[in-house]
Amino acid sequence: MSINEIIERHIISVLVDDEPGVLARVIGLFSGRGYNIESLTVAEVEWSRGLSRISIVTSGTPMVIEQIKAQLSRLVPIHSVCDLTEMGAAIERELALVKIINDGDNRIEALRIADTFRARTLDSTLDSFVFEVTGNSSKVAAFIDLMQSLGDVEIARTGVSAISRGNRIDLTAK
Amino acid sequence: MAKSAPTDRKQAASENGVLALAGAEILLKTLEDEGVEVIFGYPGGAVLPIYDALFKNNKIRHILVRHEQAAVHAAEGYARSTGKVGVVLVTSGPGATNAVTGLTDALMDSVPVVCLTGQVPTHLIGNDAFQEADTTGITRACTKHNYLVKDGDVLQQTVAEAFHVARSGRPGPVLIDLPKDILMGEYDYKTVGVAAVAKQRYVPQTRPDAEAIKAAVAMLKRAERPIIYGGGGIINSGPKASALLQQLVDMTGWPTTLTLMGLGALPASDKHFLGMLGMHGTYEANWAMHDCDIMLNIGARFDDRVTGRISGFSPKSEKIHIDIDPSSVNKNVKVDLSIIGDATTVLEMLIAEMKVQSFAPHEASLTKWWKQIKSWQKINCLGFDQGADVIKPQHAIKRLCEMTQDRDSYVTTEVGQHQMWAAQYFDFEKPNRWMTSGGLGTMGYGLPAALGVQVAHPDALVIDIAGEASFMMNMQELSTLAQYSLPVKMFIINNEWMGMVRQWQELIHGGRYSESYSASLPDFRKLADTFGMVGLVAEKPDDLDGVITEMLATPGPVIADIRVAKEENCFPMIPSGAAHNEMLLGPADQAAKPISEEGMVLV
Ligand SMILES: Cc1ncc(C[n+]2csc(CCOP(=O)(O)OP(=O)(O)O)c2C)c(N)n1
Ligand SMILES: [Mg+2]
Repeated sequence: MSINEIIERHIISVLVDDEPGVLARVIGLFSGRGYNIESLTVAEVEWSRGLSRISIVTSGTPMVIEQIKAQLSRLVPIHSVCDLTEMGAAIERELALVKIINDGDNRIEALRIADTFRARTLDSTLDSFVFEVTGNSSKVAAFIDLMQSLGDVEIARTGVSAISRGNRIDLTAK
Repeated sequence: MAKSAPTDRKQAASENGVLALAGAEILLKTLEDEGVEVIFGYPGGAVLPIYDALFKNNKIRHILVRHEQAAVHAAEGYARSTGKVGVVLVTSGPGATNAVTGLTDALMDSVPVVCLTGQVPTHLIGNDAFQEADTTGITRACTKHNYLVKDGDVLQQTVAEAFHVARSGRPGPVLIDLPKDILMGEYDYKTVGVAAVAKQRYVPQTRPDAEAIKAAVAMLKRAERPIIYGGGGIINSGPKASALLQQLVDMTGWPTTLTLMGLGALPASDKHFLGMLGMHGTYEANWAMHDCDIMLNIGARFDDRVTGRISGFSPKSEKIHIDIDPSSVNKNVKVDLSIIGDATTVLEMLIAEMKVQSFAPHEASLTKWWKQIKSWQKINCLGFDQGADVIKPQHAIKRLCEMTQDRDSYVTTEVGQHQMWAAQYFDFEKPNRWMTSGGLGTMGYGLPAALGVQVAHPDALVIDIAGEASFMMNMQELSTLAQYSLPVKMFIINNEWMGMVRQWQELIHGGRYSESYSASLPDFRKLADTFGMVGLVAEKPDDLDGVITEMLATPGPVIADIRVAKEENCFPMIPSGAAHNEMLLGPADQAAKPISEEGMVLV
């Protein structure tokens, strides 16, 4: 397999004007050009200037990743694009709410595992819990996997939010 | 928010550079500020306030087309022949959806167009109101950017930004969706300060990195078998870029090829010009691309019609790519050096740096390279045999070109074989004289585009080189030509087939000509007659020159029905899935080199 065929996972963050249609523009770019979206999160981050940050987890060959960034950069409401994976050690977090319905030993085991994952118990009844777990995607996935083997499970995940380490500001407004 | 504006407030406002005006008036004033002289449009309920304001306006001319798709193509023709932004005005719903093909065409070919669409009033949006369509949703993927104006206070700013976005960086179509209540409400129009603010949000890089220029010159110095491969970016950059290309070519003596969109960037008569490259490009251009050691791409995008099979594309070369759009770089072809910037600025800096580094071409290797190229040219890949019985389409276009050399002519085309023959046999000496639908390949482009060109250049000779099938896709515009006395010459290469479709069916579908015959054609002479135009027919080779002469001598619009050989194919051809060095030169080659299975699935 040549270097051009290796599929890499990248977290790309973009700072956008919080205007109608901006999310559709970004998503449309990915679907229209056949790029992957593993997860996408968006929320306003600078109220005074109306800026939102979109974090996208995508995968593709190095050439495709470059294309994705170039394509994003030319959208008019986009202020800046940053490839956090390329920047090195980025902090990546996501939050999941996991509801599990079970009883007996499984219920005790679920609670024990939640404890090792530092999950918080947000709600409990005699035969259910709602846990909140945060971490990188693989930790969240591992927790969900375990819960699924211990009962009936319903999951809500936020998708990945990420930021670089160190004293550098990566995304600035134009 | 709409404001009530008593006259005294108007009075007071005008003193501090602010006027209270209706949205439709603000729109027209902002268009005037942007230098708009002509709008191509079609009215309807949602845009009536704009038409009302136009009625009272004496600075902006409105050309009433007969279909909204044609309005966009006309604006494209206007834009590409002038370098200005073309403006379109259509109503909501069907008006907007009819414009979609034109917008996509403009996006693919990087043509600056601003399209104004009416919309139902803001309070009805989302209610499936009469003639409501989600226009910004529908056009998001076929515009460079689009807007829905929900607040009249940002109308002026939005329009100004739309023009800036359409014409800056890599140009393209921008759409503004205008709800009727916004057009009718009253808002502030500012006489100063808007233009500057409108440029703040979209700032494409036009000035290249000086280090990249230096690195490029270092590479160019090594070139022994160089080629310059120029594209539409040179045209879009303005005539100065073409002048600089000429300077570069004279300085280096390097062979130069141009893409379909780039024709005219270097005069066809220049001895360094190898002709167009790509699927129907010349033998010499494609072979030189294949065998070169340094390729200098200026404003072209390694389109699949140009590269052929990527794995076989110019395997021995180091490639430099100059483009204003970073997303064009390393998209299809991996290059060794990219220079992001406007072609004019880049060429200026490149030429200056070549002088600083006292650039001199490698005479010995260049002579050898040219000798090789000349041997390819000897093949005479565009040769054809006219004969006495039927008009060969190539001959018709060649004669048209020869007989119009003394005129400042503008040529548009439809899409198909005739388009490729026009590119091959019509010589363009200047930029902005050739308008064709390259990226999208839109049949029906040529007639409305010619209409737009003629509006921009009332005294010039404007010719639509058409195929009979394509012509019928927008021939309602004959009525527009008649209304405005636009003397467009429609030169129909009538082979009674969707020739290009027929050619592919012959090549890859065993000659099963499924639905590609142009049946029930109108009598084009009578058609011309019903619109009060002159109709001419050339049936035999001996008729041709006479018909062309008469067409050129006629002051008004003319439809010339040129009955050509029906089964002629367009050569040379790089079949889909083949590389530059695997071209078919003619029917004999076609039989000897069947198309690969991978090639069959490509378009
Ligand atoms: C709107 C549109 N529909 C279909 C096609 C596919 N197509 C490409 S060329 C062609 C035939 C064109 O026939 P004609 O205009 O007579 O030109 P010729 O090839 O005969 O010169 C067709 C159908 C297209 N390019 N555009
Ligand atoms: Mg035809």
